[in-house]
Amino acid sequence: MLKNLVIILMASVLVNNYVLSRFLGVCPFLGVSKKLDQAAGMGAAVIFVMLVATAATWPIYTYLLSPKYEYLQTIVFILVIAALVQFVEIVLKKYIPALHKSLGIYLPLITTNCAVLGVTLNNITDEYGFLESMVSSLGAGLGFLLAMVLFAGVRGKMEGADIPKAFKGIPITLIAASIVSMSFYGFASVIENMFA
Amino acid sequence: MKEILIPALLAGGIGLLAAVILTLASRFMGVKANETEKQLLEALPGVNCGACGYPGCEGYAKALAEGKTTATNLCVPGSDGVSRKISAILGVEFEDVVEKTAFVHCRGDCNRNKEKALYQGISSCAAAKGVFGGKGACTQGCLGYGDCAAACPVNAICMENGIAHINGNKCIGCGICVKICPNRIITLFDGTEKAAIACSNTEKGAVTRKKCDAGCIACTKCAKVCPADAITIENNLSRIDYEKCIRCGKCIEVCPVNCIVAAPIPIVNDEK
Repeated sequence: MLKNLVIILMASVLVNNYVLSRFLGVCPFLGVSKKLDQAAGMGAAVIFVMLVATAATWPIYTYLLSPKYEYLQTIVFILVIAALVQFVEIVLKKYIPALHKSLGIYLPLITTNCAVLGVTLNNITDEYGFLESMVSSLGAGLGFLLAMVLFAGVRGKMEGADIPKAFKGIPITLIAASIVSMSFYGFASVIENMFA
Repeated sequence: MKEILIPALLAGGIGLLAAVILTLASRFMGVKANETEKQLLEALPGVNCGACGYPGCEGYAKALAEGKTTATNLCVPGSDGVSRKISAILGVEFEDVVEKTAFVHCRGDCNRNKEKALYQGISSCAAAKGVFGGKGACTQGCLGYGDCAAACPVNAICMENGIAHINGNKCIGCGICVKICPNRIITLFDGTEKAAIACSNTEKGAVTRKKCDAGCIACTKCAKVCPADAITIENNLSRIDYEKCIRCGKCIEVCPVNCIVAAPIPIVNDEK
């Protein structure tokens, strides 16, 4: 049981990294990775939202939509996640203003983040139980944070590099992102053999 | 019929429930934004330059709304127009803003400042300064890699021929470039000055001359011609005492290396 959870966690952080292997949530990955502190803030917010979203959508799917109305999952999940993030923002603003300030603009940004929707839908597709779903979401969030922080470092290095004019800005960023992404494919076999 | 109705009700019901919860939440737990603060924030230019001494426009608006400061003339970029708006919102007397504009105390571009080395490192003034003070022979002038231009929030600085040029029509006088320049050769002028020294080199005249064609050679011509004794030579560099200066402009004409130039005049934006 525990071994299974660890495998799910490690797999969703490294092998099935949402940004670098599944290419979900690429927009914030490119948009907010300019500075390390912002990247870390965004990553933390995503972990938080992914966990809360899974905790809400899994019971809704299992007890409300399954087995007859499964096709409603996408629209209902979008609805629930959007409402949830708004609710969380209101609550944070009232009771934990410090946390609200540090997550700040990232919370509403995440509302329509496809990585969050993706992780909730994937949990259903993979037929995870509640605990497994939560662990998988945590892993997905950690993977997102890892990708953000790593890429912020790469972009920091690029600032000082002498880049040809044609590649400046977005082109070199996309190239760097693809190289980072390729490096993550190396993890695929690592996980398989780790628990063999 | 049932095949459509139940899913529609299901999705609609969840939506309705979410709406009700959100409405209740914002009703009972919502934090009301301070109205005055909101208005103030709208009136401020939103450049977040920090010239007022607060962390961004939000910080200044908050300080004003909470009464931590009563000075309505701290926003230099906003000029008199913003000060008027703020004063109107708070219902206090309008205070004049001292508008400012930045000036680069150097004229040593690629043609004038001799090249002493070929620098191929990181394209940044701060980095170049670390390697024997940059590529130019004069190590006290503009390094030419545009740290100031990159930091300018309104793109008022352009790098031309290896030296920073400030566009007086765009500069809002926030002073970010003043802090960022590793050689500290940018200062702010408030429009009361007539002349400005466009050199920062403190080496002896002959040494300066060998390094840069536009450097102050400390010939004391300006000091002699000045009718108000406002110009002194300190560390082989002319210095104008603006308290004494009578704005005659004679020093500008007499300087043999043309390193005394007309001082920049800040833009005043007094829309009501």
